[in-house]
Formats: sequence, C-alpha cells, structure tokens
Amino acid sequence: MQRIGVFVCWCGSNIAGTVDVQAVSEALKSEPGVVFSANYQYMCSQAGQNMIIEAVKKHKLTGIVVCSCSPRMHEATFRKTAAAAGLNPYMVEIANIREQCSWVHKDMATGTEKAIILGKAAIAKVNLNTPLTPGESPVTKRALVIGGGIAGIQTALDIADAGFEVDIVEKKPTIGGKMAQLDKTFPTLDCAACILTPKMVDVAQNDKIRIFSYSEVTEVKGFVGNFDVKIKKKARFVNESLCTGCGACTEKCPMKKVPNEFNLGMDNRRAIYIPFAQAVPKVATIDPDYCNMLKNGKCGVCAKVCTAGAIDYTQKDEFIEEKYGAIVVATGFNPISMDKFDEFAYNQSKDVITSLEFERLTNAAGPTAGKLLRPSDGKHPHTIVFVQCVGSRCDSCAEKGKEYCSKICCMYTAKHAMLTRDKYPDTDVYVFYIDVRTPGKSFDEFYRRAVEEYGVHYIKGMVGKVSPEGDKLKVQASDLLNNKQLHIDADLVVLAAAIEPDKSARPLATMLTASMDTNDFFTEAHPKLRPVESPTAGVFLSGTCQGPKDIPETVSQASAAAAKVIGLLAKDKLTGNPCIASSDELMCNGCSSCERVCAYGAITYVDKEFRMPDRTTAIRRVAQVNPAVCQGCGACTVACPSGAMDLRGFASNQIIAEVDAICK
Amino acid sequence: MNKANENLREEIIRMSGVNPKKCMRCGKCSATCPAFDEMEYHPHQFVNMVESGDIEPLLNSDSLYKCLSCFACIERCPRSVEPAKLVEAVRLSVIRRQGENHLTANDIPALIDDEMPQQAIVSAFRKYTK
Ligand SMILES: Cc1cc2nc3c(=O)[nH]c(=O)nc-3n(C[C@H](O)[C@H](O)[C@H](O)COP(=O)(O)OP(=O)(O)OC[C@H]3O[C@@H](n4cnc5c(N)ncnc54)[C@H](O)[C@@H]3O)c2cc1C
Ligand code: SF4
Ligand code: SF4
Ligand code: SF4
Ligand code: SF4
Repeated sequence: MQRIGVFVCWCGSNIAGTVDVQAVSEALKSEPGVVFSANYQYMCSQAGQNMIIEAVKKHKLTGIVVCSCSPRMHEATFRKTAAAAGLNPYMVEIANIREQCSWVHKDMATGTEKAIILGKAAIAKVNLNTPLTPGESPVTKRALVIGGGIAGIQTALDIADAGFEVDIVEKKPTIGGKMAQLDKTFPTLDCAACILTPKMVDVAQNDKIRIFSYSEVTEVKGFVGNFDVKIKKKARFVNESLCTGCGACTEKCPMKKVPNEFNLGMDNRRAIYIPFAQAVPKVATIDPDYCNMLKNGKCGVCAKVCTAGAIDYTQKDEFIEEKYGAIVVATGFNPISMDKFDEFAYNQSKDVITSLEFERLTNAAGPTAGKLLRPSDGKHPHTIVFVQCVGSRCDSCAEKGKEYCSKICCMYTAKHAMLTRDKYPDTDVYVFYIDVRTPGKSFDEFYRRAVEEYGVHYIKGMVGKVSPEGDKLKVQASDLLNNKQLHIDADLVVLAAAIEPDKSARPLATMLTASMDTNDFFTEAHPKLRPVESPTAGVFLSGTCQGPKDIPETVSQASAAAAKVIGLLAKDKLTGNPCIASSDELMCNGCSSCERVCAYGAITYVDKEFRMPDRTTAIRRVAQVNPAVCQGCGACTVACPSGAMDLRGFASNQIIAEVDAICK
Repeated sequence: MNKANENLREEIIRMSGVNPKKCMRCGKCSATCPAFDEMEYHPHQFVNMVESGDIEPLLNSDSLYKCLSCFACIERCPRSVEPAKLVEAVRLSVIRRQGENHLTANDIPALIDDEMPQQAIVSAFRKYTK
C-alpha cells in the first residue's frame, strides 16, 4: 500500500476564490492510501516545496498528489521537489483544480465538489504508480544536411561554425541549388552569384564540412542522436581527388548536343561537363546517357586530354555508411511542369518561357550572355507579357495546379519587369496579376517602384489564351478594372510558374518517417512554436522543402534549424521520456496493428523463442518498442487487439482507476 | 439584398450547382471568352453579379443568348467555378417563364448551315428553348 501525501494549493485567490481548499484537503484525507493532507497558499513557492519535502520525510510518504494548476505548468517543478525529498519523480500526480476547475466554475459549491473528485482520481492513480527511470542514449556529434541549396549551405555553415562536423548530401554535381541560377535578387537587386558563391567557397574550405555531391541518401535507420545513414555516391567517371576542374575535357568532348539543364535546356553542354564556372566541388562529371565511350566503348578523348589523369570510365557507384546525431532536410523546390497549361502555348512556342528561364536569359553567365533575346530567333523582344499565378491558387479539384500561393512570384515578376525596363527602356512590359502580394520588408515599395518609376503596365486580370501567329504571340487577356478584353501582340511571354517540393522529398520523408502535408511539403512539429523541427525527433527542416519561401526567409529558417541541431549535438546524452509504450511479449500476437498506427516508426518486430505449456518451444513474432524513438502518444495501446501494449506511467489499469474514482 | 433577389439568387445557384463564392476574381474566364465583345455582361460579371444578388440586369440582357456555350470559361477557371453554368441557369430562369421560347424545333432546318458543328446546334436548341 502506498503512503500518499495530498497538497492542495490556493494559487492565491486563483483557486481559493472558487474552491474551498480547506474542505478539499479534509475530504481527501480519508481516501485509500492517504496518510497526510494539507493546503497552502502557493505550493510552487520555496516554502510550499519545503513543506512537501518535510512531509515526505516525516510521514514516510511513497507518493504525492498536488492539487494545483495544469501539469503543463508545474509538473516538472513538483517532480524535482519529489526527487529532492528522495522520492522517484514519477510518484507525483497533479490534479488540475485551476484550469479545469476554479477558472471554469463560478460557484464555490460546484468548484469544490469537482476539485474533490479530481483529487480522488489522482490519488487512485498514484496508488498504482511505479517508480520509472528514463533511459539514456549517446549522441553522435555529427549532422547530415540533405540538399545543398542556399538553405542547406547556410545550415551547414552555422553548424560547422559551432564546432560540429557536418556532411552535405547533394544530388546534383554541384551545390548551390536554384539560387545559383538566379540573376539579381529582390528586394535589393544584388547579384545572386556575388552573394552565393562566397558561401559555396566557405563550405568547400571548411574542414568541418564534407560535401557528397552527385549523391543521394538511400537508407536511414536509428533514431534521434543515433541515425545510421547509407549514402549512394553516383559514379561520375571522374576521380574527384585528381580532377583540378581545368575544363580541358569539356572543351574537347565531341558530344556537343546535350541539353544543358543548368540553363534549363536553352543551350547545350558536352557529355562531360562542369555545371557552371563557380561550381563546388569544381569537378567534371560524365553524363552516361550521352558519353560515347560509356555507351559504345568508342572515343576516350577526355581521358587523353586530361593531364591530371582523372578520367575513370570504370568508376562504380559507391555506398558510404555514416552515423549522425541529427538530420536536416533542405531539399528545396522546383517550378511545376507547364505541360498541362495548353492555353499559354508553352510547348508550342520557344518564346513562351518560365520565370526561371527568364533568369537564365538575363544572367551574364546564361545562354545569351545576359542579353535579353528571344529564344526562337535571337531578336530583341519589344513587347513582353508577364503572367502571374500560373498554376498557383487553383481549386483543389482543378486537375492542374496547386492550391497554395507560391509566395515568391509576385516579387520576382516585379523584379523581372523592373530590370527589363531599366536595361531596355524601349520595351513595353505588361504584368497580369490577380493580386500583388508583397508582405515583406521593403517589398511593397519595390513593387510600387516598378509601376511608378519604371512604367511597368500592371493590369488586374488574367491571360486566357496565348496563340503563336507568325513571329508574334497573340495574347488575349482581361483587364478587369476597365472591363475589357485585351489583345496584345507580344514578342515574349513569361509565366510565373507555381513551385512545388522536389519530387524526391516524398520517398525521403518515408525513409525518415517524417510527415508531409498533402502538397508534399514537410510538416513542422508546430506551425507557430516549432517551425523548424519535424515531428520526428532529430529531424529538422530548412528552406523551401517546408513551404514556399524567398531567400531572406530561407536563410532565417536555415539558421534556426542549425541552432536546434547545435542544441542537440551539444548534449552528450539524451535523457528519454520514461512514459513510453512497451509490449508484453507473452500476450503479443505479432499482428502489426501497433506498427501501422505508430507515427514515429518506433515499433519493430523480432522473432523470439517461447517455451510452450507442453514444454516444447515455438518461435513467435513479437513487437518491440524502441525507447529512444517512442514519444509516448499511446496510439499503439489503443490499436493493440490483444492488450499486450501498455504505456508506462499511463497504464490502462491506472486510467481505469481514475475513471472509477470519478464515477463512484 | 431584398427577398426577391435572394430567392432568385438561391434558385440560380441551385439550378447551376455553382458556388460563386469560390471565385477569386482573376478574370481568366473573361480573358478566354470568344464572345466577350458581343456580351454586355462578361462571364466574370455573371459570377460576381449572381453572388451579390444583382441579377435583374442579367435577366434583361441579351448576353444570355450571346454566350456560345463553348465552355472555355469552365475549362480555364482555376477555381472550378464554371461560369457558363451560371449563364445557363440565368437563361433558364428567363425562358422558363411561360411562352418565352426563342426557338422551336420547326425553325431549326432553316437555320442549319453546313459549317456549323452538331454540338453547336444542340447547344443552341438547349439555349433558346425551355
Ligand atoms: C524565377 C525565380 C526567381 C527568384 N528570385 C528570387 C529573388 O530575387 N529573391 C529571393 O529572395 N528569392 C528568389 N527566388 C526564391 C529562391 O530561389 C528560393 O528562396 C531559394 O532558392 C530556396 O532555397 P532552398 O535551398 O530551399 O531550395 P533549392 O534552391 O531548391 O535547393 C535545394 C537543393 O537540394 C537538392 N536536393 C533536392 N532533393 C534532394 C535529395 N533528395 N537529395 C539530395 N539533394 C537534394 C537540389 O538539387 C538543390 O540543390 C526566386 C525563385 C524563382 C523560381
Ligand atoms: S569519352 Fe565521353 S565524355 Fe569523354 S570526350 Fe568522349 S564522349 Fe565526351
Ligand atoms: S506570389 Fe503572387 S504570383 Fe505567386 S501565386 Fe502568390 S499571388 Fe500569385
Ligand atoms: S476564371 Fe473563375 S475564378 Fe477567375 S474570375 Fe472567372 S469565375 Fe472567377
Ligand atoms: S461558355 Fe459562354 S461565357 Fe463561357 S467562354 Fe464560352 S461564350 Fe464565354
């Protein structure tokens, strides 16, 4: 039998104003197991806590019930008090007689009656409590960042800066992401390369950071502090440590007609290539789909011209296994495909382009060396139509497009329109918009400048149809404020395509058991208060993989994610929550019901040998809970049809005892 | 909104199955509409005016008969509003009034033109009769 002490708190007048605290402590005195009951003005104060400690000693208490505020507020406080008195902290129960009682009742009689009932329930539970000890697990002091865009770069730099090792896994041959493809960046119009490439170099030179480029994560096992990750380094047929990035091979390779993905297919590269001049790592890669040597065994030119002897046609994919304490997802975004948007004639005319293609067309390192020329005939366009919200803000049952606002396109369209008018004052620039959304620092001012200083024609309405006719693009659009249908003969049409998460994010989320929303953006643990953590412990989110963002927001989130990782890696050991599920192997029938409901992937199955009543042995499949992964949500205990799963600290018999006490 | 307008609005919404509140005022319907210049009220205005109960002017406008039922606006609307169904519902609420048929089956042979697609004939017949 337990020896229980009951401590009723007044919380000043917060509780005592509506609950007769004296009556409560009197009534609870005669409950089974209770040997001491008292009340005090502020139980959480030093004096109140001392009162508990003394009572534990004097009355040899084995359990404590505090009738006070919500356990969210002071459960941790009273557990520490119990520990100071030499009791196991999990022998404390809180009856919430403030939020659930005095604050919601006006009448003293009702309030007091309910407080007594809640107190009885807590006492009934403590009677069944057992001491619990939290488990500990070590922390591997190394972080993994998946994705090497500006988000991944910033997160890695910040973690390395705090003294921890970081690996970046990037699936492309170079880090940099979409920002490396941009020309100038709103709202200050600094050149993207000028602010990004120094950071890329910092990453390359930082001895705490390793870059696995042209690589992908293929397997993730383990849990917070102790992830085991398998990384596939795809064969690039060039020895990374020998290649100097001189580019001799890329000039001599005879396979010249390979669409250049960095310029979105608007020009060609060779079969052996370095994506762009400032690539990190600056190492050549052979594209096996186009290389004549790899396909037909003929050629070998690059090996002949490479003075470093770096070419290796026999290179194979390599697998690396590494341990990490924390994983950051920074897999970014892509513009959606325009294939379904026939009305804009994207697949019919080369002069209908996406905004990202426009960035390359105006970039000094792009296919036209920065001159704004029509892709079809290389002529200078005089009339340019920009269309916002292409595929954004669509109805959920529409068969194309996304339901959300892509957030960045209003601003980059204003940027494109402004820069065009600045460089080519002889062009007529139209922007068709539904709304212009500019809620950012200096953003609205930026957009107004495009209109007022640069004379961009902003027209409220949407483009309905683009038809190529001769060398013109006939644009049919509505001008809602004038209630007119406009017909514009344009030379170039630019579509602000919606953005979506990278397609590889979904399988990656499955590997990480991290949750995603219906649009495949990673979900945060709390939309306001825990925006950079995933609900899966040890997995953090950085950049546009979590939702549309511009660079300032991406970088803020990237640094925030780094801070969370540093906080985790700074610990030597992680103390677990002892209130976790465990299965009674004798009762478990291995049905997998619990595994299916566990959102955290904490449950695995093992084959175990059992002695049967007739003294034979049998092998049965039984559930096992990984204590470091289980979050104690209890979903499995409800799903288990055989009653084998139970939650420590919230066991079924404890909950039923509470209910019985309330219903008596 | 007065009671009569409200009833008419409810009737049109029920007949068409369209929820005009889904419209985000982008104007893509009117941007795509091939009959735009013929119509006094344009597809986006149908949506807006039905929503605000300002239906009287639509009832008396020949826009109801200028719409080609080409359904381009339905196809293009990013919010799945289906403006042409509203045009059709307003039209029906007019021609359902006794004796206001604008076309009878007998008139059709005289109007047929080899170039005209079957679908347009069916559409026109649906449009100008009960
Ligand atoms: C046309 C256009 C113009 C823009 N202009 C501006 C501007 O002027 N100012 C501004 O602030 N913002 C601008 N932006 C927004 C800006 O591009 C983004 O905010 C920024 O690039 C987001 O960075 P990120 O690292 O989250 O994503 P990304 O840049 O997409 O980087 C993600 C990286 O992860 C890699 N990756 C993806 N999946 C995996 C995987 N499974 N394994 C390994 N690696 C993976 C990708 O290859 C990529 O390198 C613009 C965007 C567009 C489309
Ligand atoms: S071996 Fe392949 S990559 Fe090298 S030069 Fe020949 S085609 Fe180009
Ligand atoms: S940011 Fe602007 S252009 Fe992009 S989807 Fe949102 S409203 Fe449309
Ligand atoms: S296209 Fe659809 S959403 Fe846009 S104005 Fe017309 S009805 Fe409204
Ligand atoms: S259905 Fe009628 S309103 Fe809609 S686009 Fe065609 S002609 Fe215009």
